[in-house]
Parts: sequence; structure tokens; C-alpha cells
Amino acid sequence: MSDLPQSTPAPRRPSALRRAWDSDLAWSFRHAPLAVISLCLVLLLVLSAVFAPLIAPHDPFNPASLNLMNGFTPPMEPNAFTGDEFWLGTDDQGRDVFSTILFGLRISLFVGFAAVMFAMTLGITLGLLAGYLGGWVDTVIMRIADVQLTFPAILVAMLIFGIAKGITPVEYRDQMAIWVLIFAIGLSDWVQFARVVRGATMVEKSKEYVQAARLIGRSGPAIMMRHILPNVLSPVLVIATISLALAIIAEATLSFLGIGAPPTQPSLGTLIRIGQGYLFSGEWWILLFPSVILLALALGVNLLGDWLRDALNPRLK
Amino acid sequence: MLAYIIRRVLQSVLVLLVVGLVAFSMFRFVGDPIDNMLGQERTQADIERLRDVLGLDDPFPVQYWKFMSQAAEGNFGISYRQGRPVSDILLERAPATLELAAVSGLFAITFGIGFGVLTAIRRGGLLSSTVMTLSLVGVSLPTFLIGILLIYLFSVELGWLPSFGRGDTVMIGGWSTGFLTTSGLKALILPSITLGLYQMTLIMRLVRSEMLEVLRQDYIRFARARGLRERSVNFRHALKNTLVPVITVTGLQLGSIIAFAIITETVFQWPGVGLLFINAIQFVDIPVMAAYLMLISVMFVGINLIVDLLYVAIDPRLRSDSSKRGH
Repeated sequence: MSDLPQSTPAPRRPSALRRAWDSDLAWSFRHAPLAVISLCLVLLLVLSAVFAPLIAPHDPFNPASLNLMNGFTPPMEPNAFTGDEFWLGTDDQGRDVFSTILFGLRISLFVGFAAVMFAMTLGITLGLLAGYLGGWVDTVIMRIADVQLTFPAILVAMLIFGIAKGITPVEYRDQMAIWVLIFAIGLSDWVQFARVVRGATMVEKSKEYVQAARLIGRSGPAIMMRHILPNVLSPVLVIATISLALAIIAEATLSFLGIGAPPTQPSLGTLIRIGQGYLFSGEWWILLFPSVILLALALGVNLLGDWLRDALNPRLK
Repeated sequence: MLAYIIRRVLQSVLVLLVVGLVAFSMFRFVGDPIDNMLGQERTQADIERLRDVLGLDDPFPVQYWKFMSQAAEGNFGISYRQGRPVSDILLERAPATLELAAVSGLFAITFGIGFGVLTAIRRGGLLSSTVMTLSLVGVSLPTFLIGILLIYLFSVELGWLPSFGRGDTVMIGGWSTGFLTTSGLKALILPSITLGLYQMTLIMRLVRSEMLEVLRQDYIRFARARGLRERSVNFRHALKNTLVPVITVTGLQLGSIIAFAIITETVFQWPGVGLLFINAIQFVDIPVMAAYLMLISVMFVGINLIVDLLYVAIDPRLRSDSSKRGH
């Protein structure tokens, strides 16, 4: 009894990690096995894309390391001429399919993330402006959004890609293709963000803290960025996750159609395009493995987005 | 009511004018039209003549006006790549796309409504759970992978159906149809399923949720109490009352079917307008791109307008709302 402290010490403030672990969001995450599985899957894919140069057993873009004799090696079987073995086989030029998938995943993810970041920045900016300023700014921005929403996003992306391709000089087209792709997909996707941010901004604008901020003389941009933006971010997060899945699929579709990532920098879609050509001659592995990875990635991100939407929706609690 | 209709029509015209401006700017400013249309062996006189014909020295609004009035007459200029009038090429390709869209629309409606009713009536049954799960997987699969999967299954493995092209076609007037030959019909099956699958799941989910809503209503319980046959209750009373939203959604999806035909046509090398558009992007054939853009926007804007006006015509509540909404 005597070794008990005389006065109980003030309860320590739990660490940031502890607080994050105890938060509502983390609780609902721990109780959604599907969300945990999809996060693990997505993390695995992202990590293997980031560390692709370290993981990949071959460098598929270094002509010196390629041997044409290794072409069309089936998975897990030694090549008939050279005796080399490849996990997932090789394509027509003897490139290791596993390595090309890793590098393709890198490009797919990069384009997806960059396009969503672009769409998000553009959408948030225009949405804040439309919601906060109102008047003709609001009318113009939202009319443009309406017109764009009339058309499917993938069609808008195709068109922007076509125009941008026409503007870039012929000798830079292959190098610029990735950036043009990001621009096209991002520009086709900003409307969602702008609409949600505009709606939330109009609600926040009439609240007292914004009026107070205006009263003490803070400027319009400062109020938008420092006061309103943090309060409208949670729906943006949900849209961003779902947009990421859509952007990855859009990128794959465009590349598959031959108007996206060029064969010199193949994304998963380009690899599927290449693989489709060998479907009839029996080299199924060139097509199958990139398709499976693309599907896993899209499904994982989609499931995460679904979970996040439900978890952040106060009406479902 | 009249004010609403006029405002709605004016909006549509404005959208078309803006799209026309985009299409015109593409033609005028993406690359040099003179460079694209005249080959290496051109003389200064040729250039002058073409500048004159195209009216490139006129002020911008005049050029825009000329472009729009020509487009309204169906004249979209000459394809850079094929050297033929774009309208001729489009007319040649249109039947393939329209037949594909019609068949896949029919597929989507028939199976969408059928499966929707089935999953609503037999809720929790083995068949309906299977259909619901499959539809979830189907939605997350990208269209082109569905196409490849079908090709692999039915063309490569089983060898039942052709994997590309339209098969044999018959010319009737200016219209080449694949409906009249066996190989033409067989060639339609896989592309139509690929194109219609997404729309089918959409219609199915809509019919299902609407049916579940309607089946809870008192008049359904009353119809059962009257001793009507189950089939009569389900189809005559319940399904009929779910169809209004289904028709509007189907109408709005018509445009998407034509747009998504681009992907399906590429997978199956279907010689339609979508494949033409993709090739135009690959080779930066601006007149074809501009013409496709104009055509598809006329279609989308037209469908949206018709659906909106039909709403007003069908639903009296909306009519009084729109006249009160005077602000």
C-alpha cells in the first residue's frame, strides 16, 4: 500500500499515434475486414511499383540485357534455347513479363495519382471560388461544369488528348505522352470536386466563424484557404479515392486504345494492348498477368473508396 | 411551362454553339490547315487559292459562322488522312455503329429488366444472389477487359464466334447491314454483349430497387388479397409502375452506348464511327475529330433535351413546380 503514489498524477495526454488508433475512422477500419484486405493489397502494389527498380529481376528497357532468343518463354519453364527461366514468362522481344508489369504499374499509378491531384487542385480552386464569390463567377464555372458533365469523362479525356497531341510537335509526342495523359484525365475529372466543394463552401460561408473572420478583416483568399477549405475536405477525400480508381481505369483504357502511354514507356494498359495481339497464338501470359494486376489495383482502390464513403458518412452511423 | 421549355431549348443551343467553337478552334489552330491539306509539291498559287477557299483571311467570327453553317448542312471538310469528304466517310461507317448500338441496347433492356424483376421477386434466392454478385464484378471490370475475356472464351477456346469485324454485309440502298447474313449476326453477338453489359447492370439495379419499393405498396397487397395470380401481380401491377424511371435512364444511356462504342469497336476491330474516331486521334486527323465531336454533342444534347421535356410532359408535379420557380 505504501508504494502507491500519494496523489494520482494528471492523466497524460495520449500520444498522437494512440489518438489516431482510437479515432472513429480507425475503429471502423479495424472492423471492416474487406477494407483491411484491400488496403494491404493496394499498399503491396504501390510499394512494389515504388521499388520496381530494386525488385525487378531484369531491366526491360535496357536493350543490352535483352536476348531475342528468350522471346515467348512460357512462365516457370526454362527457355528452349538459352535455358533461362522467367517467373511470368517473356514477351516477343524477350523482356521479362514480371519486370515490365512492375514498371508498367509504376506508370499507371503515377498517371493515376498525378491526374487526381491535378483534378483535385483545379476542382477545389474553382469550387471555392464559385461557392465563396457567387454571382457571375459561380454561373460561368458551373455552366462549364454542366456542359462537361453532359459528356462521359472518358470521351472528354480522349478529345483533350487528341487536341494536345495535335499541338505538341511531332518529335516530342512520345516523350510528352505521359504528361498529356495526366492533363487529359485530370481535366476530364475536376467537375465532381468543384461541385462538392462549391456546395460545402456555400454552407460554410454563412456560418459565424466565417463572418467573424471577415469582420476582423481577413482577405477573401485567406478565408477560403485557411478557414473554409479544412472544413470541406472530408467529402473531397472520398471523391479522390473513387476518382483514383476511375483515373487508373481511364488511363488503362486510353493506353489500350493506343492513345495513351507509348510502347517505349508502357503502362498496364499498353501491356494489355501488346498482349492482346498474342492471344490467338497461344502466348496467354503476356496478356493475362497485366490484366490481373490492373484488376486487383482497380478493385482494391474501389473497395477502399466504398468503405471510406460509408465511414465518413455521418448519416450511416 | 412555356418559359421553361424556351429556356431549356436556348440552353441546348448555347451548348451546341460552344461545342462548335471548340471544334472550329481545333480545325483552325491545331496545326496549320494549309500544311495538312496540301502536300510537299505545292505552289504559292495553290496556297493562295486554298486560303481563299477556306476563307482563312476572314475575321474570326465570320470564319466561325461559315464553319457552323457548313456543319449544319453536313459539310465537315475533307479528312487530312483519307483525302475524302468527312461526311462521306461518316455515312459509310454509321450503319455499323448504329446496328451495334441498337442490338446492345436491346440486349441491355431485355436482360436488365428480366434480371431486375427476377432478383426483386426471388430476393435471397441462389440464382438472384449469383446474378447480383456477378453484376458487381461486371461493373468493376473495364469494358475492354470484358471484350478480351469474351474473345478468349468464345473465339479462342471454343471457336464458336468470330473475334473481329462484321462478317458478311448486304447493301440495301446506302445502308450496309449485317442483320441478313448468318456470319453478320454471329459477328454481332460478342460486341453487343461487351457494349451492353454495363448498361444492363445499371437497368437491372434500377428495376430491382424500384420493384422492391413498389412491391411494398398497399395496392400490391390488395391485388394479392383479391386472389390475382402471382404473375399478374408482378408484371401487370408492379413492373408497369416501375417503368417510368427506367425509360428515362435508358434514354439517357443511349448516348453513352454510342460513346462507349469507341472502346468496343477497337477491341473487336468493328468498322464503325468509334474506330474511325480513335484512328483520327492517333493520326491527328482534325476534321474527322471535329465532325465526330459535333455529331456526338448534337446527340447528347438532343437526348438530354427530349428527356427533360418528356419529364415535364409526364409528371404534372414538375409542371407546376417549374412555373412557380420564377426566380
